[in-house]
Amino acid sequence: MLTFLRRRITSSAIPLVVVILGVFCLARLTGDPANLYLPLSATPEMRAEFAARHGFDQPLLVQFGDYLAQVVRLDFGESLRTAEPAATAVLRAFPATLQLAGATMILAILGAVVVGSWAAYRPNSVADRVASFTSTTAASMPDFWFAIMGVLVFAVALGWLPTSGTVGAAAWVLPVLTLLIRPFGVLVQVVRGAMVSALSAPYIKVARSKGAGEVRVVFGHALRNAAPPALTVAGDLTVGLVNGAVVVETIFGWPGIGKLMITSILQRDFAVLQAAVLVTAVTIFALNIVIDACYALLDSRVRQGVTA
Amino acid sequence: MNPVLEVDRLAVDIRTPAGTVRAVREVSFSVRSGETLALLGESGCGKSMTAQAIVGLLDPVAHVAGGEVRLDGTDVLTLPPAQRRRLAGPGLSIVFQDALTALNPIQTVGAQLAEPFRIHERLSRRAARERAVELMERVGIPEPRARAGAYPHQFSGGMRQRLLIALAVALHPKVLLADEPTTALDVTVQAQIMELLRDLRTEQQTALILITHDLAVVAEQADHVAVMYAGGIVETGRVADVFAKPRHPYTRGLLDSVPGEVARGTNLKSIPGSPPDLHAVPSGCAFRTRCPLATDVCAEQRPPLAEAGQGRMSACHHWKELADD
Repeated sequence: MLTFLRRRITSSAIPLVVVILGVFCLARLTGDPANLYLPLSATPEMRAEFAARHGFDQPLLVQFGDYLAQVVRLDFGESLRTAEPAATAVLRAFPATLQLAGATMILAILGAVVVGSWAAYRPNSVADRVASFTSTTAASMPDFWFAIMGVLVFAVALGWLPTSGTVGAAAWVLPVLTLLIRPFGVLVQVVRGAMVSALSAPYIKVARSKGAGEVRVVFGHALRNAAPPALTVAGDLTVGLVNGAVVVETIFGWPGIGKLMITSILQRDFAVLQAAVLVTAVTIFALNIVIDACYALLDSRVRQGVTA
Repeated sequence: MNPVLEVDRLAVDIRTPAGTVRAVREVSFSVRSGETLALLGESGCGKSMTAQAIVGLLDPVAHVAGGEVRLDGTDVLTLPPAQRRRLAGPGLSIVFQDALTALNPIQTVGAQLAEPFRIHERLSRRAARERAVELMERVGIPEPRARAGAYPHQFSGGMRQRLLIALAVALHPKVLLADEPTTALDVTVQAQIMELLRDLRTEQQTALILITHDLAVVAEQADHVAVMYAGGIVETGRVADVFAKPRHPYTRGLLDSVPGEVARGTNLKSIPGSPPDLHAVPSGCAFRTRCPLATDVCAEQRPPLAEAGQGRMSACHHWKELADD
């Protein structure tokens, strides 16, 4: 298991450097920050002084080298806008996104396992058809529309829920629901499909022939075999959420990483943008390693590198 | 001694896209403790379906349409599910055909073998594991203690079949069904598996129902045989009697088609035609379209399985003509 993890971590290092390089170059394509931070009447001397102060006068390669050297020392530079360390800004925003993504995925996975298994238990039954219809609808729902309608109905018309903010349980309802609906729909379909094939496997009959009850058959034998595809998709969906639910965070004024990224792009705040992307990328790599570790825990064949 | 298992006029229907068909009709037989009954027939004759109906593990498209399955006099088909589950293992048990896929790929074999003890005897994990190791040793798995932690893909086909048998006999079932237990295995391994089944039957005084298409296996292993054709039983009796003097033309056809001492260059004998599609079973006797003895009465009346000599039965209007041969 330890060699397995070490192998996965070292193989993530190179993609990570590529990501940093990509963001570094792309950020500088958004325009010259001097245009934004200096008055229109700024003289060329003032511009040169601004560029020199922030190192923008150096060749791109030198800038990147300096940046990498800083990052290795965990120094992510300072915000152009607020002059606070970029890391501080990112670490302030990131927990809000993680909490939102965590709550959403836990609810989506639990809901999808229950509904998907229930639908798969009796394929083509009424329950199965209702589940299929609901999940298809949920999977194809545009989240910005759902968010706006949610605000309109529950916050404006009925006044039950706040329109934005993070204080109190009520503030979580609309953002989580909005984020949840698509992952839930997708996962129900994945879980259902995987469970239908797992439940028709010969080892399920063998389990029943031992006198195992239906709960033991469905959750003890079938679900673990059905888990890998659901895990893959759930991992993918989680990555999407960690990346910052830009739309939802903007609509509900959720102070997360997605909102921070948008703001820093508009402000040409390169240091903050780079730090935000870097932290997200590291999280996503970590997430993938966790998912791989889950596969290995679920199935000994993955652990031993057997192709069976 | 009374039979431990009596199957009485069992019928199984299957839903197909082209309508419901009867896959098993009027199947009756019984078996005593310590005896082996072979259920013999070609693929698709309903023998596996019969076995799955007896243990209550039919696929969702199939269901029991009539009849009784009495274990020690109690009809198990009418028992509530919870009571029926209590019999699964200590009462009726089954060894499935495909050993390669019948074990759960992501659980250790030790855990899978421990499950019957966990479910029925409510043993602790450790105690059940101990019993699993004993079972593995009994069925001839080398180094059982170390191997209990291994996964199914780390075992050979023959070893997996041994594990499945171990699973089926874990709780000393009154009746053990074995559905083609050796078809997926090498010939050398087949003999070992049959020997293991026979030893366990004697040891545990189990009634064994052996489902097979292999005439040699029937001849070597079984006391009684029930021959199935197109969902029904056509002949029953002691194996020695039936094989020496078959009293149904289908049985005789099967026995004749065994390659014996045939001169080089001559064709092997076979039964003309092929078994009927379940959607279009001939009227009257299902075998009549392939039968050399068929007459008008065969098309009009379905021959019932009736006494045809001492301790044997045949479902043929003309069995006497065969007996006179």
